[in-house]
Amino acid sequence: MRTPNTVLGAAGLATFLALGEAVPRLGLVSADYFPPPSRIAGALGDELGDGAFWSALRDTLTGWVIGLGIASGAGILCGLLIAVVPFLRQATSSTIEFLRPIPSVALIPLAVLLYGSELRSVLLLVVYASFWQVLVQVLYGVQDLDPVADETARSYGLGTWARVRHVMWPTALPYVMTGIRLAAAVALVLAITAELVIGAPGLGSLIAVAQASQAVPQMYALVTVTGVLGLLINLGARAVERRALAWHQSVRGETVL
Amino acid sequence: MKALTRQVLFAVGLPAVLLGLWWAASDASTDPFWPPLRTILRTFPSVWTGERLRSDVVPSVLRLAAGYVLAGLAGVGLGTLIGSRRGVRAFCEPVLEFLRAVPPPVLVPVIMLFAGIGDTMKIVVIASGCVWPVLLNTVEGVRAVDSVMLETARSYHIGGVGRLRHLVLPSASPQIVAGLRQALSIGIILMVISEMFAANNGIGFTVVQFQRSFAIPDMWTGILLLGLLGFLLSVAFHFAERRVLGWYHGLRASTRRS
Repeated sequence: MRTPNTVLGAAGLATFLALGEAVPRLGLVSADYFPPPSRIAGALGDELGDGAFWSALRDTLTGWVIGLGIASGAGILCGLLIAVVPFLRQATSSTIEFLRPIPSVALIPLAVLLYGSELRSVLLLVVYASFWQVLVQVLYGVQDLDPVADETARSYGLGTWARVRHVMWPTALPYVMTGIRLAAAVALVLAITAELVIGAPGLGSLIAVAQASQAVPQMYALVTVTGVLGLLINLGARAVERRALAWHQSVRGETVL
Repeated sequence: MKALTRQVLFAVGLPAVLLGLWWAASDASTDPFWPPLRTILRTFPSVWTGERLRSDVVPSVLRLAAGYVLAGLAGVGLGTLIGSRRGVRAFCEPVLEFLRAVPPPVLVPVIMLFAGIGDTMKIVVIASGCVWPVLLNTVEGVRAVDSVMLETARSYHIGGVGRLRHLVLPSASPQIVAGLRQALSIGIILMVISEMFAANNGIGFTVVQFQRSFAIPDMWTGILLLGLLGFLLSVAFHFAERRVLGWYHGLRASTRRS
């Protein structure tokens, strides 16, 4: 008799919470540093009733959505453009390989100087970090192009635009979706980082305030919220991916089996 | 020969054009935030060699290395343990998914409570951010070990360390390396963030000091240095991967050909 995975998972979560409750209560770690989950839950309840929390959440999500939108749009456009013009593909590859690993947090001082703690400095970091994720995946995707399909389209007299639309785009779409899913996670990390370090309004700056004022349970509660947010974004991105690729072999294959 | 020249031209062409554009566009710049590239490059050696190399760059890199190695060992060790038992995997999965989804930089204030603002804090921050991609990828890799091979090993009485060393880890290594690659970029981010938040030395700390004291060309050299560091580490990783996973890339290339 095998226990179903969901039961085991729930048991794991319960054990995790129980351990978190026991460790400070037994005095293994000071409850000042590591409040038990019951107190964190209490603090979370207070936050949920607070208007400042909701407006911070809205600020964080605004930065995330706009940043992700700009990065995805720009990444897809640049990727397709580079794919269509063979000359560009060779000419840009070294530049992309050089710019991509540059850590976007290196831009924090510049963002502070240029925009202070406005939304725009969050966007600068978010867009820089997530743009590469999308672009690189689009480039992988168009490399996957089936030459026979492309030649067939050519011999039927399809123009460049029609080939991009009907051959290249469907081939690249699974990769584009992977890129957007990765970018969504990265964009959240960078949005919260920017708020934490620069002090732009949002969940990150609330955490910084809680830390500075020694409000430890609140800080843990906010950290939990960012985790839940990250989890929801991952799940949401996966759901979108499955919907957009419902026609694709990889998704269809899963449902049939 | 001609093909090689072409390749080199393509590789160097665009970066040269971009740098040239930056140089030309900023040359007469009087905007304090966008100093001429000439000034930035002239400032670079005096800022980052000598004393600062020893007191800021080396400590940063050492902390990154320490945290990264810790995360790699912990991630592969725990991941192998969790991945090889179905029950343990199902038990841990929801908790791990949640912990992974927490954006690593928010760990900085939490870990500061325990470890103060010294080197320990930064190493722990880097390690606890880097461990998740390694851990989860190892779990996936170990889970996907070919069952025929596992049974073959069993019928040859290869168990314990031998099985781990010759079957499980090699077969999971492409996944593990993918996890390590993700962890590297997270590590660099956390190295900088932990120093920007609270520190008295390090690249991140110094760059923020430059920005606060409006030493703008110096700040730009810091941004360049961080970019260079990220690039060099990714190149080093690429070469290491080539060596370690050479057999795997070769195998993939030959299956694709056939």
